[in-house]
Amino acid sequence: MENETALQFSRWLTELTLSFHIIYATLGVGVPLMIMIAQWVGIKKNDFHYTLLARRWTRGFVITVAVGVVTGTAIGLQLSLLWPNFMELAGNVIALPLFMETFAFFFEAIFLGIYLYTWDRFENPRKHLLLLVPVAIGSSFSAVFITMVNSFMNAPRGFDIANGELVNVNPLQAMVNPAMPTKVSHVVVTAFMTVAFVLAAIAAFRLLRGSDHVYHKKSLHMTLKIGLIFSIATAVIGDFSGKYLAEYQPEKLAAAEWHFETQELAPLQMYGILDGEEVKYSIKVPFALSMLAHGSPSAEVIGLDQFDEDVTPPLYIHYLFDFMVTIGMLLVLLSLIYWIGTARKWEFVHSSFFRWLIVLGGPLSILAIELGWWLAEVGRQPWILRGILRTSEAATTNQNVDLMLLLFAGLYFILGVGTIVVLARLFRNNPVEQELKDREAEKGGDEY
Amino acid sequence: MTLTLDLEIIGMVVLWTFLFGYIMVASIDFGAGFFHAFSLFSGTNHILANVIQRYLSPVWEVTNVFLVFFFVGVVGFFPKTAYYYGTTLLVPASFAIILLAIRGSYYAFQTYGAKEHKGYAFMYGLSGLLLPASLSIVLTISEGGFVSLVDGSPVLDYWALFTSPLTWSIVLLSIVASLYISAVFLTWYANKAKDYKAAAIMRKYALIWALPLIITAGGIIYELQFHNDVHYQRIFDLWWMFALSFLLFVVTVCLLWIRKNYGLALILLLGQFSLAFYAYGISHYPYLLYPHLTLYDSFTNQAMAISLIVAFLAGFSLLLPSLYLLLRLFLFNKDYVEGNRSS
Ligand code: HDD
Ligand code: HEM
Ligand code: HEM
Repeated sequence: MENETALQFSRWLTELTLSFHIIYATLGVGVPLMIMIAQWVGIKKNDFHYTLLARRWTRGFVITVAVGVVTGTAIGLQLSLLWPNFMELAGNVIALPLFMETFAFFFEAIFLGIYLYTWDRFENPRKHLLLLVPVAIGSSFSAVFITMVNSFMNAPRGFDIANGELVNVNPLQAMVNPAMPTKVSHVVVTAFMTVAFVLAAIAAFRLLRGSDHVYHKKSLHMTLKIGLIFSIATAVIGDFSGKYLAEYQPEKLAAAEWHFETQELAPLQMYGILDGEEVKYSIKVPFALSMLAHGSPSAEVIGLDQFDEDVTPPLYIHYLFDFMVTIGMLLVLLSLIYWIGTARKWEFVHSSFFRWLIVLGGPLSILAIELGWWLAEVGRQPWILRGILRTSEAATTNQNVDLMLLLFAGLYFILGVGTIVVLARLFRNNPVEQELKDREAEKGGDEY
Repeated sequence: MTLTLDLEIIGMVVLWTFLFGYIMVASIDFGAGFFHAFSLFSGTNHILANVIQRYLSPVWEVTNVFLVFFFVGVVGFFPKTAYYYGTTLLVPASFAIILLAIRGSYYAFQTYGAKEHKGYAFMYGLSGLLLPASLSIVLTISEGGFVSLVDGSPVLDYWALFTSPLTWSIVLLSIVASLYISAVFLTWYANKAKDYKAAAIMRKYALIWALPLIITAGGIIYELQFHNDVHYQRIFDLWWMFALSFLLFVVTVCLLWIRKNYGLALILLLGQFSLAFYAYGISHYPYLLYPHLTLYDSFTNQAMAISLIVAFLAGFSLLLPSLYLLLRLFLFNKDYVEGNRSS
């Protein structure tokens, strides 16, 4: 057990790096799509505001990509540095999507470089827009491939173990494991959703503080519409994720739901606190857990009674799950009210109170991303490869992890503050109104 | 020496080639950062800044991917390296990551966000020197003698590592090489941009760093005989490759000296370094880490190897045209290089 400390610090460092990277990674997946939509709408409607939206988002995007790239490089190396035993094993079976991911990065990096430096180089703006397609494909596919690796950790497939040796390795089967469909789609869709709400929050904030320019209203309108679509998709796929868990990782679902006894007609317990095995002060929704797990109110749901204590994940993941779902539902509601409200011309949706709610939606959706990942990762414990390799057996034996944890915490602090300061300065020094005026002067005012 | 074309060899050649690619583009980047910082303090900034910025801006992210490709590929093709190198390299690799992170993000912060700042430029230049040094430690460790197995887990002996003359000659070479490569490249690039003042300065730097380069390179071979005699002998078996490399080096320097044909000088420089780099690699064969790990006992299974190679071929056929497009738009585009077209 001399390795206990290295293990603990390796865990913290992994958690820290991933939790930091995922913010930038999520933006990296979602923003190119938003830029693409805005630029396309701008061309279609011949409305310069949307083009400018795309342009300004791109400027911010470059900054977040840079931090995404460097923190991604960090986590890529740290996987081998902190979990050498895991990577040795995993490398034999799941290296393929990791390798393919680097091509997705390559693709994205090359075309992003080209896109950034060719705004005014094409006569036809559609050609410029076309350059964004490989960027969006590249970043979405990096999410797809890395999530395949992660789903393999939850549902390892594509190999056999005979006498402690790996045999019959099938890389494709390892990639297309049972966790893959729900996990990949949930991750990609939540990234789109999050970015829509983050950009909506920025627009709402500008409307509250600063200017009442139609530019921001158009931005808000567009992002919330996209947000509505993707938040509904998130909830639907989230429901499928629950069904996946019920079938393949019932201990994770049972721990997340504080479902101790296997039973039919299982109710869903929201919130509450735990007193021994008794759940207190929770909101009980009859049959809802059976519905979530199997889509039928009478279905039997496996409880924690079926599992040994030493393979049960920590029970606090219940809160992670509940808050994630709550945020998801609130955001569906928020964008739905906005949508109906604008269609029916309710004054309410343009009030500052409602706009503050929209501002809140941005950070909340990022929080939901973090909660979801913590749920998924902590809920897999004690396994690093479910059923095959325990986290405690996978960690490095190097004794300097604590020092590295401090160094990296410092690094992320600097990068986090740097991002905020630079983004704020970038947009404060160059407000939309000014940029629109410059454009008008340039174009002779044929666009408003 | 017999090299049969095993999957192991194919995998290693691919990875070694990407590592070479990384070393070349990253050296240009590291050196450029240093020259840029140096110019701020020596008052030549107004001459150099343009050329350096114009080249670096569109490509820095691509540079990083070369590195990612290399280490992800190594773990894919040779999973056991994750165990040996992963356990031992925690500290040096973490330092390298932190330097890379600060460098990359501050480059973006400065170029796209804030105004020119001497402090950033200084950090950027300094990290450009420290990075080759810290990355090159991996090569030193691979020579063996610094890693021992304690209770079955590999442990790095820092004291031996940092007191070894071999370590310091490799560190020196890596720094000098990146300055030299960068200077030759920027001479060519500035000349192409018709920025003759900048070209003159870069040419001077290239010539300054040429002699140290060859001295440090010789120094490593000299040190190696005391450290790893097996490897030393194998280097001598490949003397002709190193000799050819040296010849190319001499011609490059002559071209720079007489101010003729910088394009050819750059090509010869690529030839020089690739010869030396592959000769070094071949002489290292079959060891990935003396004496614990070879290409063969760390190799992945057949199924994975084949799927990685197929994925590589598919990916590469996508990549090559895109890279070509990037180079055509920025490196070989007359208007862009000359600064007639910017963002
Ligand atoms: C904006 C973020 C967000 C929102 C609003 C939701 N989720 Fe989620 N959820 C994620 C972001 C996320 C995630 C970050 O993408 C996770 C973490 C790992 C993963 O596969 O996706 C995740 C995981 C995750 C898991 C665990 C999957 C596993 O471990 O294999 C389940 C069961 C759900 N989600 C279900 C839901 C449901 C029923 C939601 C109702 C609306 C919901 N999620 C909203
Ligand atoms: C990006 C979003 C992610 C976040 C925020 C995240 C978060 C976490 C957390 C909180 C843990 C610690 C669990 C515990 O020990 O209590 C963990 C563990 C780990 N995760 Fe993730 N994770 C993410 C994605 C991934 C992906 C995509 C992979 C693999 C490709 C991965 C690989 C690991 C590994 C190797 C560990 C260490 C072993 C363990 O503790 O289970 N993670 N992660
Ligand atoms: C263990 C988990 C992870 C590893 C090893 C990892 C690795 C990396 C690496 C090496 C990079 C830099 C690539 C470059 O040089 O361009 C990167 C960036 C990126 N990662 Fe991660 N990553 C992980 C988790 C995730 C997750 C969970 C997602 C998506 C949901 C994601 C999405 C991205 C994206 C989109 C980028 C591109 C940078 C950007 O556009 O912001 N990564 N990652």
